[in-house]
Amino acid sequence: MSDLKKTLPTEYMVLNMGPSHPVTHGTVKFLVTLDGETIVDFVVDIGYLHRGFEKMCENSTWEQVFPYTDRLNYVPPMINNVGYALAVEKLLGIDVPERNKYIRVIASELSRISDHLTNVAASGLELGAFTAFLYFVEARELVWDMLESLCGARLTSNYVRIGGLKNDLPEDFKDQTTAVFKRCRELWSDVDKLLTKNRIFIDRVRDVGIMPPDEAIAWGFTGPCLRASGVPYDVRKANPYLVYDRMDFEIPIGEKGDNFDRYLVRMEEIIQSMRIVEQALKEIPSGPINVDMPEYRWQSKDDIYNKIESLIFHFKTVTEGIKPPPGEVYFAVEGTNGELGFYLVSDGRGKPYKCRVRPPCFPLTAAMPRMIKGSLIADVVPTFDMINMIGGECDR
Amino acid sequence: MEHMNVTLKKLKDSFPDSIIDTHSFRGDDTAIVKKEHIVKICEFLRDDDDLLYNFMMDLTAVDYLGREPRFEVVYHFYSLKHNRRVRIKAPVPESNCTIDSIVSLWIGADWFEREVYDLYGIVFKGHPNLKRILLYEGFEGHPLRKDYPVKERQPLIGPKN
Repeated sequence: MSDLKKTLPTEYMVLNMGPSHPVTHGTVKFLVTLDGETIVDFVVDIGYLHRGFEKMCENSTWEQVFPYTDRLNYVPPMINNVGYALAVEKLLGIDVPERNKYIRVIASELSRISDHLTNVAASGLELGAFTAFLYFVEARELVWDMLESLCGARLTSNYVRIGGLKNDLPEDFKDQTTAVFKRCRELWSDVDKLLTKNRIFIDRVRDVGIMPPDEAIAWGFTGPCLRASGVPYDVRKANPYLVYDRMDFEIPIGEKGDNFDRYLVRMEEIIQSMRIVEQALKEIPSGPINVDMPEYRWQSKDDIYNKIESLIFHFKTVTEGIKPPPGEVYFAVEGTNGELGFYLVSDGRGKPYKCRVRPPCFPLTAAMPRMIKGSLIADVVPTFDMINMIGGECDR
Repeated sequence: MEHMNVTLKKLKDSFPDSIIDTHSFRGDDTAIVKKEHIVKICEFLRDDDDLLYNFMMDLTAVDYLGREPRFEVVYHFYSLKHNRRVRIKAPVPESNCTIDSIVSLWIGADWFEREVYDLYGIVFKGHPNLKRILLYEGFEGHPLRKDYPVKERQPLIGPKN
C-alpha cells in the first residue's frame, strides 16, 4: 500500500458545494479543496440572500421595520421582533406593562423551541435519521399552531409593536400549551432515544468540528455553540431583559465543543424553554398590553374614532413615524443562535438613521474553515448543520 | 461627571491623548477615540485586568453625510468576567478612508471588517483578505453610504472566469 502511494500522483481537487445544495439551508457556497477526502482548504462564500436590510430600514419608519425583522432569522421571527422592539424602547426610554413582558417571553421561548426543533430535525435528516426528522417536524408544527393562534402567522409573525403588542393572548392559550407540550415532550423523548445513544449518529457528530472555549470567544461565538464549548454565557442570565430574572431555568453547558455537545445543548434548551413558557403562563398578571402613550403606540380603534387627540397622534405616527430622541443604543437579546443585537442610531426623525443587526450566525459561519480544516468532506454536513446558519440572518 | 464608569475612566487615564470624548446615553458607555490608536486601545480593553473585554461583539460603521469626519467605525465589546459592555467609536474622514484592522486581536473581526468595507468602502489596513463579502466582485459603489440612491440598479454580471 505504501509503495502504491509513493508512485500514485495525487493532486488537490477543488469542489464547489452550493450555492444550491441540500445541506446549505438557504443559499451559501463552499469552495472545498480536497486531498483525497481530507479538507485542505475551505472557503465560505455568503451573500446570496443579501436584500439590503439596513438600507430598507433606513428608508422606512421605525414601525415599518418589524416585517423586515421577521425575515432575518425566519425560523424564530418573534425573537427578532422582540429584540428590535426592546432596542427602540430603550432608545425612547419607555417601559412596557408587565403583562406585555410575560407575553413577549412566551413568544420568544416558543420561537426558540421551534428553531431548536427545526435544527435538530434537519441535522438528523441529513445524517440519515429520517424518523427523528418526522417526529420533530410534528412537534414544530404543533408549536407553530400555537404561534399562529397568537399572531395569525406561522413564520412572518409581525406581532410585536413598539410599546405594545398586536393583540393579547388568545383565550384558550393555556390549555393549548398544556396539550401541545405534553405531545412535544413525548416526541422529544422519542427523538432522544433515537439519536442521543445512536451509534451511527454519534460517530458522525462526536469529535467533529471541535472549538476550544478561548478560540470560540475570539471568533465571536455566542449562543448554543459557545455554551457547547463550555462558556456559560447567555444574555437571558447575564443581562436579564423582560422578566427572565424571575424565571427558573438552567443553562446547559457542553464539555468539548464538538457537534455532539451542540446537539445536546440544543436538546436541553428545548426542555428549558418549555419550562419558561409554563412558568410565564402561570405567573402572568392581567392588565394592559400596550403603553398608554399615543405618541408611540396607537390607541384603540374606538379612541381613534372618538377622541381628537388620539386621531391626531394616529395620523402623525402613521404618516411620519414615531420620533425618538437623537442618540444611539445597542440592545442584545438571546437569539436562537446567540446574541442578537440591535444597534440603532436616531437623528430625531421618523426613520432610523442606522439600524444595524448583529447577526449571531455570521461569526459562526466565519469560523467554519477553522472547524472543518483537516477533517473529511463528510464532516461538512454535521458541522454546518450544528452552527445553524440561516441565510436570511447571515446575509441580511 | 462625578460618577464615572470604570471603563471610561480607565481609558481616559491611560490614553489622555487618544480619547476625543466620552458619554453615556441610556446606560450605554461610549468612548470616541482617534482612529490612529484604535488597535492599541482595543488591545488595552481586552488585556487589562480591570477591563477584560474579551468579546468583540459587533463592528459596524455609520455614515454621517455632511459632517466632518464623515464616517464612524463603531465597535461593541463585552466583558464576560465583569459582565460589562462598552462602545468605542472611531471617526474616519472621507479623504483618508482607512483604519487599522483589529483582526490580529480578534480573529472574528475578519468578516465584520469585510462587511464594513463592502457596504461603506472603509479600508481596513492590515486585514488579511479584504474583499467584498455580501455583494459580488464588480459591484459598483458602497450601498450603505447615504449618497447611494436606494433604487440604484447594478448591471448583471456573469462569473469572473
